Amino acid sequence: MSDSPQNNPNEVPPLPSSFSLISTLGVVSMLSGLLVVLVYEFTKPIIAENQRVATERAIFKVLPKATSRLTFVVKEGKLKQVLENDKTDGELIYAGYNANNQFVGLALNAAEQGYQDIIKLLYGYNPEKGCITGYDVLKSTETPGFGTKITTDEDFLANFNCLDAKVNKEITGLVNDIKTVRHGTKQNAWEIDAIAGSTITSNALGRMFNQSGHTLHPVITQHLPLIKKAKKQ
Amino acid sequence: MATPNKKETPLTMDVFTAGLWKENPVFVMMLGLCPVLAVTNSVENSLAMGAASIFVLVCSNALVSALRNFIPKQVRITTYIIIIATFVTLVDYIIQAVSLDLYNKLGAFIQLIVVNCLILGRAEAYASKNSFTKSVISALGMGLGFTLALVMLGGVRELLGAGQLLGYQIFSTNFEPWIVMILPPGGFIVLGVWLLLINYVEEQRAEKIINEDAVPHNTAS
Repeated sequence: MSDSPQNNPNEVPPLPSSFSLISTLGVVSMLSGLLVVLVYEFTKPIIAENQRVATERAIFKVLPKATSRLTFVVKEGKLKQVLENDKTDGELIYAGYNANNQFVGLALNAAEQGYQDIIKLLYGYNPEKGCITGYDVLKSTETPGFGTKITTDEDFLANFNCLDAKVNKEITGLVNDIKTVRHGTKQNAWEIDAIAGSTITSNALGRMFNQSGHTLHPVITQHLPLIKKAKKQ
Repeated sequence: MATPNKKETPLTMDVFTAGLWKENPVFVMMLGLCPVLAVTNSVENSLAMGAASIFVLVCSNALVSALRNFIPKQVRITTYIIIIATFVTLVDYIIQAVSLDLYNKLGAFIQLIVVNCLILGRAEAYASKNSFTKSVISALGMGLGFTLALVMLGGVRELLGAGQLLGYQIFSTNFEPWIVMILPPGGFIVLGVWLLLINYVEEQRAEKIINEDAVPHNTAS
């Protein structure tokens, strides 16, 4: 009789060597890495193009009068123009110009924690009037039927016909804090009338505009002549 | 090394069709319910999640089956998870390349396919014990069965929750959408109703078969 495990079911089969276990994991991991790198390299330019198209679409949606745009970066209170493919640290902002190369407004990024996850959007800002003029949601996983009303509720969107975001005389922040108020209680141009039933999402928008306004709008005001001239140069 | 199954059952149509209905991963085995409840608020999302799951299921089962004789039993689960995570990463990049809107709609649930117990379960229970061809065909059947279940839930939820199907308006504009249907509770309600219906139909069919079997016996006695 043989002593093999098949003949003696009580006998424990010998353990494979550590080398065998490690080499199996190593080979599978290498194969995995190879596949991931191949697909990453293949899809990278396509994903980058998709993101560029999505951003472009959002910019011209929030700046409907614009026919062309330039990109600027805000870093440590300074603003400078950047070329399309430049890799830079800092906050990117987009200036829109009409067919006569006249400045029509800015598109700025803003983000804040919503009900489910972070809401990211691009909003239009007219620094001459000190108005927030609309927005386009780039990323949101808010509750369908409630939080998603920020893109469909006409009364709520009417808040952004010209939401007051004027910069103070010292150019250090906004004259008035932008804040969301309970539905039906809006009294001032810098207040956002919340959507009934989705106050968390409405508040998130108020916080993000206020924070972005205090951070970016003074820098924009300081460098407005540079932004206006940039297209003509 | 893993011991190959010496008495493998022959390849029949059942290998493919079992996953579609008889062993449907959602309605019968109750596996992978997290995406079933989470992303089925529209048919489009259901189809996209179904397609991503089929890709991961078929590719991971194919690779597990191809390597089954070389993977030591002690590291098999780790190896399967590496393989599954690889294909989930690939599908994540592919969906971003196909449509960013769709990618944003599906959110974290694409990455969470890696912990879908249907996929690891099939790798461990089937692909590691069967031939490459059978594993691929079985995975395809299971994946299509999973997609069918997602679409059955997504269809009802989108129709009642938005009055639409695949974005096309079905009900008149006077229809007041049942918002609850596209919210998380709607997933539980619709899944429960489908399970009730399917179990009822299966029970009736089983009773009919028993009655038909009993008739010749009575006649003979």
